[in-house]
Amino acid sequence: MSEKASGTEIPVGPQHPSLKEPANFTLTVDGEVITGAQMKLSYNHRGIEQAVLSKSYIEAIYLLERICGICSHAHTSAFTQGVEELLDLEVPPRARYIRTLIGELERIHSHMLWLGVAGHEIGFDTLWQYAWRDREIVMDLLEEITGNRVHYSINTIGGVREDLTDEHCETILEGMDDLAERIDFYQETVPNEETVRMRCEDVGVVPEDLAREYCAVGAVGRASGVPTDVRKDAPYAAYDDVDFDVITDDRGDLLARTVVRIGEIAQAIRIIRQVAKRIPEGDLKASAKPPQALLAQVPEDDVVSRYEAPRGELIHYVRADGTDTPARVHIRVPTLANWPTVVESLKGSYIADTPIVVAGIDPCISCTSRIGVETDGNHGGENAFDLDELREYGIEWYDDRSDVERPSLDGDERTVSGGTRGDRA
Amino acid sequence: MSLELDLATGLLYLLVFPGFAFLFVYGLTAEYLDRKLYARLQNRVGPPVVQPLADFLKLLAKESAVPEDATARIYNAAPWTGLAGVFTAMLYVPVWSEQAAFAFEGDLVVVLFLLSLPSFSLFFGGWYSGNVFSRIGTTRTITQLFGYEIPFFLACFAPAVAAGTLSTSGIVAFVEANPLYVFVLLPAFAIALLSLQAKLERIPFDIPEAETELATGALVEYSGRKLALFRLTKDVELVVGAALLSALFLGGPAPAGAIEGSVGLVAGVVVFFVKTLTVIALLTVLKAVVARLRIEQMVDVFYRVLVPVALVQIALVLAVGLYTNGVIP
Repeated sequence: MSEKASGTEIPVGPQHPSLKEPANFTLTVDGEVITGAQMKLSYNHRGIEQAVLSKSYIEAIYLLERICGICSHAHTSAFTQGVEELLDLEVPPRARYIRTLIGELERIHSHMLWLGVAGHEIGFDTLWQYAWRDREIVMDLLEEITGNRVHYSINTIGGVREDLTDEHCETILEGMDDLAERIDFYQETVPNEETVRMRCEDVGVVPEDLAREYCAVGAVGRASGVPTDVRKDAPYAAYDDVDFDVITDDRGDLLARTVVRIGEIAQAIRIIRQVAKRIPEGDLKASAKPPQALLAQVPEDDVVSRYEAPRGELIHYVRADGTDTPARVHIRVPTLANWPTVVESLKGSYIADTPIVVAGIDPCISCTSRIGVETDGNHGGENAFDLDELREYGIEWYDDRSDVERPSLDGDERTVSGGTRGDRA
Repeated sequence: MSLELDLATGLLYLLVFPGFAFLFVYGLTAEYLDRKLYARLQNRVGPPVVQPLADFLKLLAKESAVPEDATARIYNAAPWTGLAGVFTAMLYVPVWSEQAAFAFEGDLVVVLFLLSLPSFSLFFGGWYSGNVFSRIGTTRTITQLFGYEIPFFLACFAPAVAAGTLSTSGIVAFVEANPLYVFVLLPAFAIALLSLQAKLERIPFDIPEAETELATGALVEYSGRKLALFRLTKDVELVVGAALLSALFLGGPAPAGAIEGSVGLVAGVVVFFVKTLTVIALLTVLKAVVARLRIEQMVDVFYRVLVPVALVQIALVLAVGLYTNGVIP
């Protein structure tokens, strides 16, 4: 891995109060200042990409929805849009509007969740409780429209499964009025609160060139002045029919990311109001055929589908082999694209900034967790394994673990006592 | 007064009021009120009345492990020293009249010293528990200690300078006799409030335990009985700190102190509760409206802002004293 810096090593994670999901940062610190940072991902291999291959395209939607509890609609949308492209299906306008609506409600709920978490990470628990209370407005709306708070199950190939009634539109507009008031309050107070400024200004700075070099996506990129937004760059659903601004900031610090995300909530409210007022009448699905009949027509082809998830650009790659199950599904989640900026901006920060710098990209580790193997490059000169080699490597690795030295603290003599606390390779 | 009676009242002070039993009950009550108010400010329901007691008893019943890497003696002794310090400090703080349970010239210094003990016990307990998070937490505890102790001492000496005595009881008697000094001492009161918040390691100065960064810092390895003692120390320290502030800056039992007999005693205790709870409520509101600072920001605020203000306060007190004595026309 990276060069060894002198000083105390602090393991942050895989179990740590500021990380709700498993990831590991090994920080080398000199006093309160971080001099080196390494990260390890993928403590949890979920195997979803493999599992999808044994499901039909219809079943895969429900499995992919469960990649993430926050941006579930993003995953199903990206996947269904990809399959629709394979099938050359024209999704009716009403369905496209409903997809936009759910997507924007989801963006609000994700950003409000983030705002609360960010508050908690800088020790501002009141902001946390306020943000999560106001998030309930959106959660209630989502439940009313789709029947579920997080896994909406509204997408299907060629359209959506649930219709929107006029009463729904009215409740949505009422809810948006309440929420808009709250967002005005946050836009005014959060960036101007003195202690928030002290904790977020010039912290975790990602300059524009670094953001471009590391291909930062979503709010992280936009807060560094990179105006990427799939909704504008390659409009899907109903985004070419609605007016909204791409919020950017050029400071690149955590305050900028906070301002950008709150601004995006305001834009999402704007989009939702337009959708609720202007939603066209019409069909919900592209074709009246039963799904099995549709799936029988999937050609042998592949497609890359992009979607602007709350955390940034989400990419689904789908390869079809002419059967009703995909031959390969690969998912590049936004969090994965943003991790390198975290490792860079951790260096030189204070220990106290670690939680907020890590949380600053709004990481979703359940999205990101894939299998990750560190190799020494000795396996046939390549970093590639087949299954048997991988199994052998795993057994060897665990055998070696008992000989691993435990980390020492300031030159303390510490004895090796099996695989207990603090033990790591 | 006979020796037996002296001993009996001494024991009463020590064990019942304002000593052990009273502080235990009031400490837990203060924790409840603090948590409840904090929760209401955040639009939450908050805990039921018995929650602090239930937490305490539950912790007592749990295993209290000593880590392999810890220096067991210091690790075990640390919780007791801090608790003993805050319990003793209360005996020198006036509660029901201007006279504390025990008093002598210079007891203010002793009270301030005893109130520093919990921070040191936290330092020793954390440092010798052999955990890297504890070590960073304890380093921060000590850095923070240097940050707030000087402004806190300066603020507490302002009324002492005004009264011309280092006895807490003497100061209370002086402020009671000259109630307008409450206004003169307002800046010192504000500094003492902030310093007390830092002493108690509460938001925005909960840097040493910073749950999201250090997983409660010095207390990481503590569990069961010993953790319960640390938490009780915090509760009692909150009450003693509030009592000290109300005695030094708010005139202690005034205006009830002038009333004679048992009515005066009861009135004094009521005033004590009103004033200490006001101080606690102020600390809770402060906790609810700000984010946690970083350690270097905290030291910066205390040295660059609060120390100069405290020095100006002492100069102000001296000037007012000279004016009232007719030295300055």
